[in-house]
Amino acid sequence: MHRRSFLVTGTAAAAGLAFPAVLRAQGGDAIKIGFPGPTTGPFGALAKDQQQGAVVAMEEINAKGGVLGRKLEVLFRDDQLKPAVGAQRTKELIENEKCEFIVGGLAAHVQMAINEQTKKAGKLFISVSQSDEISAKPDAGPLTFHEALNPTITGRAVAAWIAQNLGKKWWIVYADYAWGKQNNAVFSEVVKKQGGTVLGATPYPLGNAEFSAHLPKIVAAKPEVLIAVTPGADDIAFLKQAASFGLKKEMKIAQPLHWLPYLKEGGPDLYADIYAGINFSWQLEDSIPEAKNYVSLYRKKYNEPPGDYGAYAYSAIHEVARGIALAKAVNSDAVAAALIANPAYNHYKGKQWWRACDRKSFQDLWIVKGRDRSKMKGEWDFLDIVQKVAASEELDRTCKEKGFA
Amino acid sequence: MADLTLATLAAQVFTGLVLGMILVLLAIGLSLIFGLMTVVNFAHGSLYMLGAYFGFFLVAYTKSFWLALVVAPMLVGVFGLLVERFLVRRLYGRSIDDPLLLTFGLSLVLVEAVRLVWGKIGLTLDPPPALAGVVNLGFTYFPLYRLFVIGVTVVVLVALLLFLEKTNVGLIIRAGSRDPVMVRALGFDLGRVWLLVFGIGTALAGLAGILAGPMRGVYAEMGVTIVIESFVVVVVGGMGSLPGAIVAGLVIGQVVSLTTLFAPKFAEIMVFIVMALVLLVRPSGLFGEAGLME
Repeated sequence: MHRRSFLVTGTAAAAGLAFPAVLRAQGGDAIKIGFPGPTTGPFGALAKDQQQGAVVAMEEINAKGGVLGRKLEVLFRDDQLKPAVGAQRTKELIENEKCEFIVGGLAAHVQMAINEQTKKAGKLFISVSQSDEISAKPDAGPLTFHEALNPTITGRAVAAWIAQNLGKKWWIVYADYAWGKQNNAVFSEVVKKQGGTVLGATPYPLGNAEFSAHLPKIVAAKPEVLIAVTPGADDIAFLKQAASFGLKKEMKIAQPLHWLPYLKEGGPDLYADIYAGINFSWQLEDSIPEAKNYVSLYRKKYNEPPGDYGAYAYSAIHEVARGIALAKAVNSDAVAAALIANPAYNHYKGKQWWRACDRKSFQDLWIVKGRDRSKMKGEWDFLDIVQKVAASEELDRTCKEKGFA
Repeated sequence: MADLTLATLAAQVFTGLVLGMILVLLAIGLSLIFGLMTVVNFAHGSLYMLGAYFGFFLVAYTKSFWLALVVAPMLVGVFGLLVERFLVRRLYGRSIDDPLLLTFGLSLVLVEAVRLVWGKIGLTLDPPPALAGVVNLGFTYFPLYRLFVIGVTVVVLVALLLFLEKTNVGLIIRAGSRDPVMVRALGFDLGRVWLLVFGIGTALAGLAGILAGPMRGVYAEMGVTIVIESFVVVVVGGMGSLPGAIVAGLVIGQVVSLTTLFAPKFAEIMVFIVMALVLLVRPSGLFGEAGLME
């Protein structure tokens, strides 16, 4: 054997041993889905849940023979929570890796940058994180789909519930970027409609870990409810500091969303009695068969229950597959048309549907509350489900308000 | 702010004091190292982060925050000794950029290494039960742990100043930062002094890290922004000046805290505005001597 050919076969064999899953997935002619997400930084835990949700969907689909006889392959990239990096990774996924579809983008401002690239390349993009702009003009393109809830829907559902049940004098602390600002706007609007007031609203830079300087004036203002729009790892830092300054005793704390990875990291004592909205919680497996399927597949693979944002990714990968099967083509335009022509689907929590004008997915959400440690059954049982809010297009802005005639 | 009371303002100043203390601990270490060796240690933020991680695992294994509070900074200090002995030392006598690039590279390596070893997701470190409570200061309720941070910092600063002012080693360190050639001519081994100072400076970063952990959480990127704020403190105080680092650290802490009270959107940028203003009036910083950077 010549040295050169020995090296070539040797390396190939070693690679085969090291990455059998990748090789198998690439064997045949896999359909590639690009998936950028911020695996490093303050949203790292959420990004991990999303990757795992996507992997569960991919393996579930491939185990049943793939789509159109071809396997799915999801390629993950770290966008570092930076719009420029998200754009670059997306461009590489499309141009170098030949991905026909992009799913992902976990921050409102980064998904905009991803969306710019998919629009330019004419590729289907399913966003799996909250944003008001992603499904509205001028950002939404003809191939931009939005699987997640958005601040308007969450805000109208959650803020109304908080105002009616917890109190109407609010203070809002929000991360000073797209998602935080959108939430601040919607929450303020809803509480005023409900006859309440916003005593003050303080922005802080996303990814910040020091909130103490915000707290004295909140204490002094004596709101009934403190709305903490503090996503990702910021949430734990904020809630810890708020508790250490005694705020939890002085007022109710509520949030737009709870996220399972941060409930786990922060622990039940931090989240007990804190209200929020959520798109999915694994306890729904008791009442929804599709949830049971997803939760058991995820548990089998990762030995823990799935989170909420991972479910978006799971559903979006299934939607790409459903679209390909319907269109009988691996082509963004055909898949988009097929999904809009067959808008109803149900992958993990009951019926959802795509609205034709803005390609926004409508779905149920739930109001939840951090459970007391003494009532937890098992180490993941962090939430009491307080109320279901049924899917409704009325919770979102209308097609006209979003710029679609 | 219509409802701004004296009590709120006092609470705000107290909050700023804690922010300042952490900055002082970091800036003192930076300033010591710069003053003696003209090394701009960009890895300081990563050493702060290492202090918090070491602290987390020491608490997890020994169940004692107090032990961790002592041992974690020492571990970071030992790591600092190794960095000085095997990396930074090779670059003395070269331009100021070379150690800067080295330590900048090291900071990136450390962040990636921590992500590889301990994962990309942050950890939560709780204050010890004895310090978990809230204290009534009369004008506000304040977390006991934050008062403790103020206390520890004051004790460490006093000890450090006594060491520098009252001991022979301290005398050599101070002399070495003024005129290294003369100190060498008098027969002192400056290599060992540099090693020691690098160790002390990095240990202080580690201490700041474990102190900050229970307040801000423990995560790989925790040093990235604070190292920039610490450099601002060093520059405002005057490169190499210890009183400058202390005064500027406390000032910047108040700037952040009070800007957050009145105009939260500008809290980040205000730090740099203050730096620019100080440099316009005093180009070498509040307590700095001209010519150190040349």
